[in-house]
Amino acid sequence: MNYVFIGTSLAKIIGLLGFVLGLMNYAVYAERRVSALMQDRLGPNRVGFAGLAQPFADAGKFLLKEQFTPAQVNKFYYFLAPCLAMIPAIITISVVPFGSTLFGVPMVIADINVGILFVFAIASLGVYGIVLAGWSSNSKYPFLGGVRSSSQMISYELSLALAVIPIFMLVGNLRLTNVVQYQIDNGWLIAPFFGDWTNPGKWLLAIPMLISFVVFLIAILAETNRLPFDLPEAEQELAGGYHTEYASMKFGMFFLGEYIAMITGSAIIVTLFFGGWHFPGIPDGSHGWIFGLINIAVFFTKVCALIFLFMWVRWTLPRFRWDQLMRLGWLFFFEIALVNIFIVAIILMFVH
Amino acid sequence: MMSPFLFWIFAILMLVFGAAVIINRNPVASALSLVVSFFGLAALFLSLDAYFIGVIQVLVYAGAIMVLFLFIIMLLDLRAEELRKINWIASAGGIAVALALMFQIFSVVEKFPAAKQSFPPLAKPAPDDVRQIGLLLFNNYTLPFQIIGIVILVATVGVIILSRRETR
Amino acid sequence: MAITVPRPNLNWRERLYLPAIAAGLAITIKHFTNMIFGRTKVTMEYPEEKWDSNLPDHYRGAPALVRDTDGRVRCVACQLCEFICPPRAIKIVPGEISPTDRFAKVEKFPDAFDIDMIRCIYCGMCEEVCPEQAIYLRKDYAITGFTREDMVHHKDKLLEIGGVMHGVVLKWNQRK
Repeated sequence: MNYVFIGTSLAKIIGLLGFVLGLMNYAVYAERRVSALMQDRLGPNRVGFAGLAQPFADAGKFLLKEQFTPAQVNKFYYFLAPCLAMIPAIITISVVPFGSTLFGVPMVIADINVGILFVFAIASLGVYGIVLAGWSSNSKYPFLGGVRSSSQMISYELSLALAVIPIFMLVGNLRLTNVVQYQIDNGWLIAPFFGDWTNPGKWLLAIPMLISFVVFLIAILAETNRLPFDLPEAEQELAGGYHTEYASMKFGMFFLGEYIAMITGSAIIVTLFFGGWHFPGIPDGSHGWIFGLINIAVFFTKVCALIFLFMWVRWTLPRFRWDQLMRLGWLFFFEIALVNIFIVAIILMFVH
Repeated sequence: MMSPFLFWIFAILMLVFGAAVIINRNPVASALSLVVSFFGLAALFLSLDAYFIGVIQVLVYAGAIMVLFLFIIMLLDLRAEELRKINWIASAGGIAVALALMFQIFSVVEKFPAAKQSFPPLAKPAPDDVRQIGLLLFNNYTLPFQIIGIVILVATVGVIILSRRETR
Repeated sequence: MAITVPRPNLNWRERLYLPAIAAGLAITIKHFTNMIFGRTKVTMEYPEEKWDSNLPDHYRGAPALVRDTDGRVRCVACQLCEFICPPRAIKIVPGEISPTDRFAKVEKFPDAFDIDMIRCIYCGMCEEVCPEQAIYLRKDYAITGFTREDMVHHKDKLLEIGGVMHGVVLKWNQRK
């Protein structure tokens, strides 16, 4: 253990955490503005210039509201649940490479060789927050929300895991930095437009990768409880679902945890399918610190674009019915992801 | 490798929460204690550079199986369980048996010559344990691996058939 | 009575749902870009932009007392509006006009004239019933206040909102 490693790691953790929390606040703002614009409204535009100080007003409101606790709740788990909803989403981003190098320091907090498995392991813990919130509230609607959430997340975790297997068959490594390096050498997995783009084998592989991407994207939507899969909170049928009994900042933590999960989900999609911090023509951080910063900017631009996609989907599609959701997960995406693995295996066997 | 300090923290965490699983009267508290215990175990695996096993421990046990357990426990009536009296005689007997077993294990282990000397330091860990496990599973142990897969498939199909009959 | 809604039989392309999803996404992004480039304009930013100049003549805003061109408060405290007011928002205290006054012939005027704007429903009955053309519904609609007392319009406030009304019948000028 040397002090340089500890120091740079701490700096990266604090920097990334601060940035992600800021991004989260502005994701809430963006959600409100984007939804408004898609519905021919204007959205929050009063606080500060064009409403840009709205997140601070929201935070102030959350913090200053009464810390109301219903009488019949199970106190310990009632307070534990919001923390459990938020923490896994934050931890997940620690293995995502969010930049190349800056002053020779790799821009990833923990470059472990089981990267994507770590992501799935921690992400699968996010369900505890929701289930406990539903159970400890000791009330009908939250309970139904919790039950829905646990079955939904377990169902879609399968598709999530199966959808990324083709990538790792191709890359031959679970380390996320290696996935990014592979995409730098061979073109982004979703769109192999550079490198030797005339190679028909690569184009053939792009088809199962597209299927993978669609399945993964939909599974991430389900994992982060976004519409059209927001059955655990379904305002219209469950009166808010698992967080019905929560008020003030405890509700705020559920609310913000959803957005952090969205950011980390986008970051993982960017890393797996959109080449991470790479953009054709921009060298990595070893050519000067300015390029290191540009790489980070490229990464977060891609993340923001995907967050916009999430919002776009949310304000377009209606919610699924419960049985439709389950049938879709188990009879459709599961099979597609499974068949996709075989397609990639055959292509890899005969073409590469 | 991990410093002994961290080893003790995670070992004690694991044991304390493992004991909490059986001490707690509330089944949800037991289930969550088991989750924390799994985390301690996963951390100990990580300390041995077994990243794959450690992460799979969290992914499979804490992330999937315990969620299903919690799902079932939530549907139970917890009041009845909390009101149940502790059977002190049975508990004392259980503790006595456990202590006797522990004593036996210690006395057997103490006879081993290897227990007297400290372990040699581990060889430099394999650079990629995921790859090693994959190669081992799919090259040397292909047939057992496939058989396990089929056994699990049979179990899954059996569960579906059983649950179908119930609803009819 | 339960009605069985027949489910439509979808062909395979509809069953795939993807074209429908793409069409939906296209619609929302069209609305989004139209708003971004200012091609749709449906929301008025209220305190900055107002519709006041376009209010129709028959608009029923806050009720107010008016003066005529001679500067006289036209109300004669007959209390018909107080009587007719459906939510009983009006309260009038009649008073005598001193005999030396030019309009002593009118006999009465309101000492106090309160309209509780929390109660007022802007129905216009007071304007309808007034025999003296003294109370009119004006175009003020942003009636606000911090307390319940703030929301009661007293005589001064009512006259201030009302202002001078031109072209009303000046029947008292011909008497005596």
